[in-house]
Amino acid sequence: MTLQLICFYAFAAVMVASALAVVTVRNTVHAVLFLVLTFFTAAATWILAEAEFLGIALIVVYVGAVMVLFLFVVMMLDIKPESMREGFIRFLPVGVVVAAVMLVEMLGLIGVKAMAAKQMPADPAVADGVAQNTAWLGKALYTQFLLPFEIAALILTVALVAAVALTHRKRTGVKTQKPGEQVRVKREDRIRMVKMAAETPTNPTTGESA
Amino acid sequence: MITLAHYIVLGAILFCISVAGIFINRKNVVVLLMAIELMLLAVNMNFVAFSRFLGDPSGQVFVFFILTVAAAETAIGLAILVVLFRNRGTINVAEIDSMKG
Repeated sequence: MTLQLICFYAFAAVMVASALAVVTVRNTVHAVLFLVLTFFTAAATWILAEAEFLGIALIVVYVGAVMVLFLFVVMMLDIKPESMREGFIRFLPVGVVVAAVMLVEMLGLIGVKAMAAKQMPADPAVADGVAQNTAWLGKALYTQFLLPFEIAALILTVALVAAVALTHRKRTGVKTQKPGEQVRVKREDRIRMVKMAAETPTNPTTGESA
Repeated sequence: MITLAHYIVLGAILFCISVAGIFINRKNVVVLLMAIELMLLAVNMNFVAFSRFLGDPSGQVFVFFILTVAAAETAIGLAILVVLFRNRGTINVAEIDSMKG
């Protein structure tokens, strides 16, 4: 048993335990924190498979951004834990049975024995002569998958706009500038020309006009 | 030595845990969303393992795209959740039945 395998088993054990905790704990905030632990150990197992870039990306994107978003939302909403637990005991047996049957089916399909024969090859990035996982991935991403990469960026932008548009709320009774009306305004709306006789200065001593 | 089976079985276990989570937490939308995240993680685990063992970068590129789409999905899902809570005052799935679906 190599050190690598011992590390893998340790990470896998932590990961399965924390994933179980995610779906069973009472408090939703605790569930989010256990999900953070799950993602973190998943990143560790990926780094163990020399997928360093994705491991770090998982931590930065998921733990750093998505999970914080989850925490924000969970803490903003007023969730009563006891009301969320009804049906937990009722659906527990059927959930466990379905999951167990699925696991057995999947393991049968995978053919664990056949897969176990496949040893981990040398790092393919080194074999392709780029020496780094990030360079290996980047080369594929920016040549073969350039258009999908651009589309992924577009999807993120659309998601950003959609999330803001969904949660944006018009507040009443707030005084704000209306740039559209400011731009549309015409000279006639603001200025009124008045015809009047020109005034002439008067002499202060005599009172006559000059 | 770690074999392909280790990663695939770990992914399968994770997927089954999240399926069980969807069954037993059918009231709480937040936990449902988290179970979906776990499922995506299990699938990504398979992609990374196959990419590593077959020496093909396409698998890892796909994980990158899945992460992108999952992040977008989570952002919109949580936005819908916030709007839902603002309008109905609950996130209990059983009480969100105005469409009688």
